[in-house]
Amino acid sequence: MFQTGRNINKKSYKRGDFLSAFLFLSPTLVIFTTFILFPVFFSFYLSFHSWNMFSGATTFIGLENYTRMFQSSEFWQVLGNTAVYTIGTIPINMALSLWVAHILNKKLVGRKFLRTAFFAPVIISPVAAAVIWRWMYDPNFGLINYSISFLGIDAVNWLNEPTAAMFALIIMGVWKTFGINMVLFSAGLQGIPDNYFEAAELDGAGKWAKFWHITIPMLAPTTFFILIMSMISSFQVFDIVYVLTSGGPMGSTKVLVFYVYEYAFKFFEMGYASAISYFLFAVLFVLTMAQVKYLKSKVYGAA
Amino acid sequence: MKKKLSSIRIVRFLKTASLYIIIYAFASAVLAPFIWMILTSFKDMSEIYVYPPKWFPSKFNLENYINAFSAAPFGRYYFNSVFVAAAVTLGQLITCSMAAFAFARLKFWGRDVLFFIFLGTMMIPYNVTMIPSFMVLYWLGWIDSYAALIVPGLASAFGTFLLRQFFMTIPKELEEAAYIDGATKLQVLKKVIVPLSKPALATLSIFTFMGVFNDFIWALIVINSETMNTVQLGLAIFRDRYITQWDLLMAGSVTAVLPILIVFFFAQKYFIKGITLSGLKE
Repeated sequence: MFQTGRNINKKSYKRGDFLSAFLFLSPTLVIFTTFILFPVFFSFYLSFHSWNMFSGATTFIGLENYTRMFQSSEFWQVLGNTAVYTIGTIPINMALSLWVAHILNKKLVGRKFLRTAFFAPVIISPVAAAVIWRWMYDPNFGLINYSISFLGIDAVNWLNEPTAAMFALIIMGVWKTFGINMVLFSAGLQGIPDNYFEAAELDGAGKWAKFWHITIPMLAPTTFFILIMSMISSFQVFDIVYVLTSGGPMGSTKVLVFYVYEYAFKFFEMGYASAISYFLFAVLFVLTMAQVKYLKSKVYGAA
Repeated sequence: MKKKLSSIRIVRFLKTASLYIIIYAFASAVLAPFIWMILTSFKDMSEIYVYPPKWFPSKFNLENYINAFSAAPFGRYYFNSVFVAAAVTLGQLITCSMAAFAFARLKFWGRDVLFFIFLGTMMIPYNVTMIPSFMVLYWLGWIDSYAALIVPGLASAFGTFLLRQFFMTIPKELEEAAYIDGATKLQVLKKVIVPLSKPALATLSIFTFMGVFNDFIWALIVINSETMNTVQLGLAIFRDRYITQWDLLMAGSVTAVLPILIVFFFAQKYFIKGITLSGLKE
């Protein structure tokens, strides 16, 4: 039963260990099999069927769900909205979070307070956050219209005009998530050795030169990681959309997960909904593989 | 010479000052929605519907909170949310530390492959498993129950990974002494490893609790009676019903946000550690 030290040989792969390992793992295995492994395969199966969940009637319809999806103009609109949201949030989000992380990397008075302030939106519930922002965006009494009035901009009916609503969603999305990237960028910045900067200073490099030629290249792995993670999460945005705009007006902020949700749990078309979710899975899979490839090169490539 | 030095100083002072002004102004903008929410929650309607907006209420009254709590059973929602979040957290502490122990300490055939598959499940998006998971619960007859909210969350690949990495750093000598004294594996986990892993367990607890307390989509799918609503679901329904009653809505939002903000204030480092480790997003 005893294993001595770290040099474990073949002999220690004993039945005793196997049995106890099985017991230690069994609660997790049961949950995972039921709520992850089975669902992954079952939703693939569903995507080729027409499925009425209450009568239990199943009909194999081949690729019909997928062709229906690609022929649906609503699907393309939803995919477009999701892409606009993703492309809209990420650059602002990354620029802001890098800027803040860079400033907080200096010795500032109240640095801890500032970090808490920037991170606070991340931890609060998306539902409550979206309720607050609905009030911020109120066309008559909201803080946003009041603030932009100082810039000479007329009141905008934020949540009732298609373009404005997407814009409103993007701003709120940035507010809600840039704190995560700030933390990740901060970790990246702390990983850059000080002597790089010292050497550059000896060569007479200025602030911008140091930023462009040391900070930016040294942060490239972090930046790539953040970019992929942000794309994965932006593609799955749901909660804030549900509460802030409910996908409206006129479907202008309806995103992919919202579309899946509607078909699955409002119309109970589980087959069609599964096909959409598998499409989303495929997109995210490509992104995830890019990330895995990067992580591998980071973990093994450096050695 | 002296004059030049002081002008450099002035420039440097101005630069620092403007940096402070910009970053603090930005922080105020980020915090503005919070402040606005809290201040609005104490105002009555006549002070809410004014333009230009008025920051401070003339008096801080708690009426909106009383009205919000009588308009919807927020007390009950609270109980549901806290109960579910606590149950999932406790469950994950147990299942994840057991699984992590197996991966970190036991030698068995196929261990590394299994661990790799475990990590792989972290990459499966939620919305792919959501529909069949709902159906499983439907078949089990668990829709609209605490079980529907709790059971699917009782295991976590992230939690297992986090604890496994931590367990690996604990020196084995301590366990060997316990084994020699005749302890079983479960006792070693309970008496030796768990007490040494408090920081990792704290990170997992806080992270899980926050995630479950803030969860919305799962509750939206599996819950349909009012008494089973969580705070987040209750607030979302509340916002549909009282669409422009900002007094009640802000009071409701404050209650939905406050517990997490308080925990965050005291245990910030665990939140940040969790975020950094998982890169997890909203």
